[in-house]
Amino acid sequence: MPKYDINVNGVSKSVDVAEDTPLLWVLRDHLDLVGTKYGCGIAQCGACTVHLDGNAVRSCSLPVASVAGQHITTIEGLSKNGDHPVQLAWKEVDVPQCGYCQAGQIMTASAFLDKNPNPTSDEIKTAMHGNICRCASYTRIHRAVEIAATKIG
Amino acid sequence: MSTSSVTFNRRAFIRTSSLASGGLLIGFNLFTACKPKVQPPVDISQLNFNDFNAFIKIADNGAVTLFSPNPEIGQGVKTAMPMLIAEELDVAWNMVYVEQAILDTENYSGQIAGGSQSIRQSWGPLRQTGATARQMLINAAAAKWGVDPSECSTSEGIITNANGETFGYGDVVKEAAAMEVPENITLKEIKDFKIIGTDARNVDIDKIITGKPLFGLDYKVEGMVYACVLRPPAFGKILDTYDDTKAKSMPGVLDVIRIGEKAKELTKEGVGNWTAAMGKSDKVVVIAKTTWEALKAKEALSATWVDDAVMESTEYQDEQLLGLLDGKEFKTLRKDGNIDKAFSQADKILERTYESPFLPHNCMEPMNFFANITDEKIHLVGPVQTPEYAANAVAGMLGRDVKDVHLEMTRMGGGFGRRLYGDFVYEVAEIAEAIKKPVKLVFSREDDMTAGVYRPAIKYRIKAAIKNGQVTAYHLKEAAVGGNMYGLIPNFFPAGAIENYQVDVANYQSNITTGAWRAPYTNFLAFAEQSFFDELAETMEVDRIQLRLDLLEKVKGTTDERIQYSPERMQNVIKVAVDKSGWGKKGDGVFQGFAAYYCHNSHVAEVADVEIENGMPVVKKVTCVVDCGIVVNPLGAKNQIEGGVIDGVGHAMYGELTFVDGKPQSQNYDKYRLIRMGEIPIVESHMIQNEIAPTGLGEPTLPPAGAAVANAIKAATGNRLTQQPFSKFPELMKVPDQPIIG
Repeated sequence: MPKYDINVNGVSKSVDVAEDTPLLWVLRDHLDLVGTKYGCGIAQCGACTVHLDGNAVRSCSLPVASVAGQHITTIEGLSKNGDHPVQLAWKEVDVPQCGYCQAGQIMTASAFLDKNPNPTSDEIKTAMHGNICRCASYTRIHRAVEIAATKIG
Repeated sequence: MSTSSVTFNRRAFIRTSSLASGGLLIGFNLFTACKPKVQPPVDISQLNFNDFNAFIKIADNGAVTLFSPNPEIGQGVKTAMPMLIAEELDVAWNMVYVEQAILDTENYSGQIAGGSQSIRQSWGPLRQTGATARQMLINAAAAKWGVDPSECSTSEGIITNANGETFGYGDVVKEAAAMEVPENITLKEIKDFKIIGTDARNVDIDKIITGKPLFGLDYKVEGMVYACVLRPPAFGKILDTYDDTKAKSMPGVLDVIRIGEKAKELTKEGVGNWTAAMGKSDKVVVIAKTTWEALKAKEALSATWVDDAVMESTEYQDEQLLGLLDGKEFKTLRKDGNIDKAFSQADKILERTYESPFLPHNCMEPMNFFANITDEKIHLVGPVQTPEYAANAVAGMLGRDVKDVHLEMTRMGGGFGRRLYGDFVYEVAEIAEAIKKPVKLVFSREDDMTAGVYRPAIKYRIKAAIKNGQVTAYHLKEAAVGGNMYGLIPNFFPAGAIENYQVDVANYQSNITTGAWRAPYTNFLAFAEQSFFDELAETMEVDRIQLRLDLLEKVKGTTDERIQYSPERMQNVIKVAVDKSGWGKKGDGVFQGFAAYYCHNSHVAEVADVEIENGMPVVKKVTCVVDCGIVVNPLGAKNQIEGGVIDGVGHAMYGELTFVDGKPQSQNYDKYRLIRMGEIPIVESHMIQNEIAPTGLGEPTLPPAGAAVANAIKAATGNRLTQQPFSKFPELMKVPDQPIIG
């Protein structure tokens, strides 16, 4: 099987997998970074969201071959001590119920706020629309993004 | 002062052991004498939660670890249950560490997540556990000082005597564990609560926001392999032959096996039939080194299937259910007075039929489980709402002693009832037994949505008689797939309020597996009844709120012990909802709908505000008023209220699983619509402040939401929605060209 060099959370890794292996499963099964979640496998739910060179992408639908040489950030690498403004806002608001989708929500929100640090309420709704929360903690997700924006913007 | 009526017998109550890290583990074993035999939770009302136990671990330095006994599915019990112990133990909440207990039938019972019962059932026992431990710590300190325990007080883990001398709990924990177990424990008065009633964050918040391994899918051990299962493509089909040539040649694939014999044994005994989605068929299992390799190789399998039953389509099921409603084969669950006589004498009769689809649970974490089976031990790890039942079933299936089973519960990425059914545990146990390796079974999203234990399709027909401006008869008929409403549901409102009242049920036994889905039966019954009452008020030309209040008035002072809801508490939530929502006072362009419902021991009223955008009604806000007694953790409670309301709105609007020839027509989120951020209403929640023992919140805010929305859409469009999901009826959602009058 081919070898791929990828940079995850600032560390270069070499993985030996089939070329069509989604980044999601490379992270979870090969690199033991299980914070990135499997939800649907077809880029519909957002649970697997990571940053690829700063952009929020769906790792379940990105073959590892397509990300070689690029910088990937996962929830484990978003901040050193869990103190990224988005993580802190999530804690302040106490967003999670079951918590399964929240890593993906946080990764979508942090990439969004990087590009738009002063969003309107509607812009937040549009940005977060792709991430499903089955527990429907949406009102708190929205509030946490607003709070994070005040700290970033 | 409220004095506990329960006294402890020392032998049953306490076990202590030294910890390697210093300090002591105190095991409080409550009520072991009345441990129930565990039965499958088909009827959630029958579950016995009275047998509780909890562990408190106090280290020499005073750090307190509390073990949360029940499974955490997002309902917040891993935070709220330890709060009950900590309150009476009298420690500061920020000194407390919480750990998930494993399944331990020796020391715990009722380790289950279902029916919104965890807090209600543990309210007494867990506080008694904390209070008993606190008294033992005091007694130990008093003995050391040579003073009377009554001269000592506690605060935040410190014991103080009359001279102002202090001991930390850690200083006396060794002696405390050797003390006699005190009887007639006095619990705190409500006004003295320091933890109960305060906001506590989710105890796993730091782990969740940093992506730590918490969930079943995250669990792994050295040498673990992955299993993906090919199940029948449609309900009613069973496996004939399969070809694994291609799959076996794929990278990472270790083996392909056929399973099903053991699960069939389970089904035969009548134990597992309701849990075994597609349980009649054998299944083909790919074992691979990684999840992706297993998922991919499963797709490369080819198989032939034979029809073993009616290959049902949605239209066929609809016909069956409507046929039942039109027929005479009913079981009567409650009968008051004589409805036939009242209908024959009525001035007016209103009759409506309400129809709901099947719903998958769609937990964000797909079903999965870990097993490693050796001659010594059956090691099971993963997300299951009914760990004790699963352990017993696996032991029975494998012909092993249940004592061999070591089951660890992980945090669950949602439950909603799906994880009450342990089909995935039996599957992984059969696989692990066959391959003799540690293995993780993983459902793909498609597996999860198509091999479900669905909320059954249900139809209700409600008929009411009106005579001299009064509702004189009420006839509720239910036709459901798989089973019928159970327990106390037939005694919910309006039982007791209408003289002639009858509930009749009939069911159609489909081969599609069905089961509990967040607020079983009431999740749709509330929609039917609360829509009906709205229309009944219109028919009677009376105020829709007043009609409900008047009916509730008639229940006051009832001597009927079957009636569980409180008319006073229900009237109160209705009045508060009217007040807080600005009912009837909203300006032009806001259309409101009302619903109130009692279930899972809590009383809820909701008002939905709908506005018109681009010619279609949009739910902008839901005001939700809840009386669930004392609120243990308001921060968590609010999250449950908001989530329950939005979940209720979302499924009423969009949720539907249809079948063609037994095959589910939605397999993933590209063809199944769940509510998303852009579609949510603002949820304004209000919790009634009182001093009544707490009841559940995981479910009760969901059922009224659909009716509140439908009633608001009626106000906005003039059209009544009687079928879910609403999005399927765009013509009824359209706002007419002429403005609505009235």
